Amino acid sequence: MADYVLETKNLGISFGGLKAAQDVNLKIKKGQIYGLIGPNGAGKTTVFNLLTGVYKPTTGTFFLDGEELNGKTQETINHKGIARTFQNIRLFNNMSVIRNVLVGLHNQPEFKCNPFVSMLKLPKHYSTEERMRDKAKEILRIFDLYEERNNLACNLPYGKQRKLEIARALATNPKLLLLDEPAAGMNPHETQELMDTVRFLRDNFDITILLIEHDLKFVSGLCDEITVLNFGTVLCQGKVDDALNDPEVVKAYIGG
Amino acid sequence: MSYLKNVKKGMRFKDMFNYLIIVVMLVVPLLIGVFDNLPRSSSGLLAQMAYSILLAVSLNLVVGFLGELSLGHAGFMCVGAYIGCYLAKELYDVIDSKLLVLIISMLVGGLVAAVFGFIIGLPALRLKGDYLAIVTLAFGEIVRTIFKNLPTFGAALGLSTKKYGNDLYIVALVVVLISLFLIQNIIRSKHGRAITAIRDNEIAAKAMGINITYYKLFVFVFAAFFAGIAGVIYGSYVTPVVYSFFSFNYSIEILVMVVLGGMGNITGSIISAVFITYLNFTLQTQLSGDLAALRYLVYAIILIVVVIFNNAPALKSVRERFSISNLFRSKKKNNPSKQYSDTNRWDVVTTKIPMDEVLTTDVKQEDPYKPDKKEKGGK
Repeated sequence: MADYVLETKNLGISFGGLKAAQDVNLKIKKGQIYGLIGPNGAGKTTVFNLLTGVYKPTTGTFFLDGEELNGKTQETINHKGIARTFQNIRLFNNMSVIRNVLVGLHNQPEFKCNPFVSMLKLPKHYSTEERMRDKAKEILRIFDLYEERNNLACNLPYGKQRKLEIARALATNPKLLLLDEPAAGMNPHETQELMDTVRFLRDNFDITILLIEHDLKFVSGLCDEITVLNFGTVLCQGKVDDALNDPEVVKAYIGG
Repeated sequence: MSYLKNVKKGMRFKDMFNYLIIVVMLVVPLLIGVFDNLPRSSSGLLAQMAYSILLAVSLNLVVGFLGELSLGHAGFMCVGAYIGCYLAKELYDVIDSKLLVLIISMLVGGLVAAVFGFIIGLPALRLKGDYLAIVTLAFGEIVRTIFKNLPTFGAALGLSTKKYGNDLYIVALVVVLISLFLIQNIIRSKHGRAITAIRDNEIAAKAMGINITYYKLFVFVFAAFFAGIAGVIYGSYVTPVVYSFFSFNYSIEILVMVVLGGMGNITGSIISAVFITYLNFTLQTQLSGDLAALRYLVYAIILIVVVIFNNAPALKSVRERFSISNLFRSKKKNNPSKQYSDTNRWDVVTTKIPMDEVLTTDVKQEDPYKPDKKEKGGK
């Protein structure tokens, strides 16, 4: 079991009679870039919401590094090492870029600081803040956002907002990073850049990435394995080329 | 040594300015007191201002920084006033120093109010927006009704307290200074960042692993603590402490101070608390006899004028020209590229990036926002 970073077992949720996701079995190896694709309304984001604790699954369970996280709160799941980005960008718009990342760093054990220490501005407060800032700057440099660090997040161009969201998620030091349509609304140049960044993350940060994406070029260029969802159920799983050529998948996408 | 350096580096002009206001309020009357006797009404007014500032700033934590509407702030003040002053009355028999009694009663009053904040906050903060407002409103009314019916606290006649005396304002303003120090430090720390993150986007804050319940409760309890202290100051200034003072109207008045000064703006809260207290005080003393009926009318008109002046888009240029912060801001800081995201002006979004540039989807090789690239090339 420990070979897999993420393992889901018959994960499913139904809202009333609607089965939004059903029997989703994912097995994601360490260091993989794993794709989750499917037509609109297939339940991809629902799976993300299940994995991050927004919804509690009605059936099944999931494990991160062999540890069952089913039914935990969003905060706990984030502490255990699953971080995510959102399909519609959810930044802290009225905060500067660097503060967005600093919020991501908030829960790192190395930056622990009691509220009473901060209240009295004891030396520990200053050292913690300084180390946090250094770390945040380091992360911003990776994403080429360092120059914009003092701008408000809402003033960034769209592509950079997407990047900042990933940077913020990365700041929580995850084992598994969930990217919900990271390339949506990006131009080809930005998409290419994003692909490089994602690869860079995988290679340098010892993390596993699970992403939802509609841009099949992006998926096939990046992912090692994919799962195709349709109407909440798994259509097909496996290597990218095999899965994309599967007749069922073609039928779901183009109609048969 | 490096600690001092850090302290110096961490100082913000805005914070210092707030301390300055309070210090001026403290020092000027003291100087006047040296040469001449400070009129009794002035020292009373200063004490009133002190507890108003405390109330406004602490409510600003909840409404402005956390973004939850609380209408029960007078309720926490009520708890602090009754409990603290009751304790003070008992303690005067045991301890000689009235300063010590006041300090102990303030701490106890604040802590009891904080406990109430915790008890109310635990269930209430699961609610959102209007619902939370209603629950806190109900809390405020329940608390004062309970005190009204307790014979120990004087029932409907109110709790007769021992006045502290003319120099209450000195203690009160020092307490305000300490409270400001604590509040501003927490706002400028990682915890303050987490709190503003919750206000900005609760869903994202949750996904970033921020413990929302913890921070909401923390702010609620923290604010209740200072409201409790304000209550004890009030009780040492006015006797008897009557339940009817802590009505819904008073909660709204505190909220008016916060809104007038700007949500999430501590300097604004201080200034508007001082202003409104002064306004109330003068109207009360100046308009006597038949004119007394006009008091609320004048009060309302002045408030409306101030709100319009603060918010009307047409008056923006006038506002900017006469803005206090412009006087102190150096030209360098006016440069938009150097502007920090400012929790104090969350309603104003600085636009550095021209919109048409954001909207184009052309591939750009060069980053136009790197400022000194061209200059270097020129040299």
